[in-house]
Amino acid sequence: MSILLNRDSRIIVQGITGNQGRFHTRQMLAYGSQVVGGISPTKGGQQIEGVPVFDTVHEAVTATGADASIVFVPAPFAKDAAFEAMENGIRLVVMIPEHIPVQDSIDIVARAKALGVTVIGPNTFGIISPGEQTKMGIMPNHIYRSGPVGVVARSGTLSYEIAFSLTNANLGQSTVVGMGGDPVVGQTFITVLEHFRNDPATTCVVMVGEIGGSAEEEAAEYLETLGKPVVAYLAGRAAPAGKRMGHAGAIIERGKGTLESKEKALRAHGAEVVTMPWQVAEAVRGMLPSK
Amino acid sequence: MKQYEYLAKGALKAYGIPIPAGQLVSTPEEGAQAVASLGPVALKAQVLVGGRGKAGGIRFAQTQQEGYDVAKAMIGMDLKGYRVDRLYAETKLAIERELYISVTTDRNAKRPLVMASLAGGVEIEDVADDQIVKAYVDPEVGVLPYFGREVASALGLEGTIFKEFADLVVKLYRIYREKDAELVEINPLAVVDGHLVAADARLNLDDSALYRHPDTTIVDEGSALERKVHEIGLAYVELDGDIAVMANGAGMAMATLDAIQYFGGRPANFLDAGGGASVGPTAEALDVLVSMKPKAILVNIFGGITRCDDVAAAILQVKKTSGIPVPLVVRLVGTNEQEGVALLKAAGIEAYSEMAEAAEQAVRLAKEAL
Repeated sequence: MSILLNRDSRIIVQGITGNQGRFHTRQMLAYGSQVVGGISPTKGGQQIEGVPVFDTVHEAVTATGADASIVFVPAPFAKDAAFEAMENGIRLVVMIPEHIPVQDSIDIVARAKALGVTVIGPNTFGIISPGEQTKMGIMPNHIYRSGPVGVVARSGTLSYEIAFSLTNANLGQSTVVGMGGDPVVGQTFITVLEHFRNDPATTCVVMVGEIGGSAEEEAAEYLETLGKPVVAYLAGRAAPAGKRMGHAGAIIERGKGTLESKEKALRAHGAEVVTMPWQVAEAVRGMLPSK
Repeated sequence: MKQYEYLAKGALKAYGIPIPAGQLVSTPEEGAQAVASLGPVALKAQVLVGGRGKAGGIRFAQTQQEGYDVAKAMIGMDLKGYRVDRLYAETKLAIERELYISVTTDRNAKRPLVMASLAGGVEIEDVADDQIVKAYVDPEVGVLPYFGREVASALGLEGTIFKEFADLVVKLYRIYREKDAELVEINPLAVVDGHLVAADARLNLDDSALYRHPDTTIVDEGSALERKVHEIGLAYVELDGDIAVMANGAGMAMATLDAIQYFGGRPANFLDAGGGASVGPTAEALDVLVSMKPKAILVNIFGGITRCDDVAAAILQVKKTSGIPVPLVVRLVGTNEQEGVALLKAAGIEAYSEMAEAAEQAVRLAKEAL
């Protein structure tokens, strides 16, 4: 089992003829993802990695019955690509690009809400469900294994670090979701946690957060509804206020978005908060019923 | 990207929002000249720090001589670590009341938020919640005139001020939207002679949208080194410690700083070498770290898209061309790990596989270097 994505998901790649699109199409196919088509205007009729290329999402959906799309087009064209996917019936849109203007993200997220579309990202590594052997994203294939731990993260490489440490400790993952490092993204911790709550294959959840905004604080209260144990690790303890730490969203502004506030809120609602990434696996082990 | 006050005011003016008469001053002579043309003025340091007034960044001049003297005293002064190069001289206002208005992006609601208050003139964070009117904007609808009237009504405004305020909400939202702003704020929004005037203004623009605003004045408030690394295209923040850090990915870079602190060390910088940086940019970034003359350097790589052998090649390139005269600790895991580790080993550099061990070692070496 998994959340949001499963082995029946029929995936198209928007921007499949670019370097990134091509490379990750190959990686997704190698992992087992059902990539049924790619989009690249004026390049319809070609094949990339054995996948048929279409000029428009409309053609691709008509020909393949696709229901999910991963977007690799450059940031200035990302809003157009996302709307093209949503208006053509795609139900799950994964937005990989970084540096999409926030006003564009606001429009994408508002339209997704109106249409009932799930948007993951922007500025995300994507989503992977090891138990279903499928992924939509740019994460390395070999660091995951199937198991009961759900992971939701704001950061890519940091989530790799943690997923790999779980895998090495024999703690597999049900689904790993990257929310994205931008200020405005499609998901919140709460929306992802709701999915994990309803997924019988997930028995424990790891939250990987960071400074900036108040997504962690907002989610804290929901942990009591979740009914599954949560381990949280947040990055940015050493970060100074007022500076953007790489991610557009990772900034302590006007006293808001500090690590202390986030950790306090999560602890108050029952999460086990660890201070270093290498402490996550042990904390998770302590929460899983021994076999 | 934050804009200086005079740039923010320029944007307000272009959208028909009243601002005081003003001009830029960068010499004492211009200070005198400002009084000659504007009358008594406030001289305001154009730096991007909060609490500017309290720190001595706003002074007044009644006469041309005072204009000269005050400008001379202020230009070149240090304001909370920032050098003052320019002042903005504005007609001194006889303020009757101070209000507050802003449009910003609410990250949780994922939509624009209009905030307004009768308690202007202080930072909005210091205003009690029950004195702030918050109105969320549906981005698919935008801000129509009724929306402005509703905010004005919720504040309890009346008459001319009601009308002017309602109109201002519409204009401010247009600036937020059309300029790709993260924040546009007027505080205080002054009442002078019964009319609204933007006494101070903040405008923060979205870096990601600069490509569609080619006329924007680029303001990089960073240090010389920060500006240099930004030009390479990497995210970099200067810190006050002595262990230089490079990692791939923003989250990993933050976690690496935290790890150094955890073991009792002090990181000198934040540097995200990118999720898939190749040899060239990685070597450039490493060169910057060496130039900082730290006590130790910690490179922490979890290779996903980034290839460990590329990182190793970059390290060897820097070692060969400019030398690495301080202890270097490398942690390499992930894609092409074995090739990368072997490359380093052949050059006498031991690579760690555990982040904790590497961070602890970097802290130890930095302390030994004291």
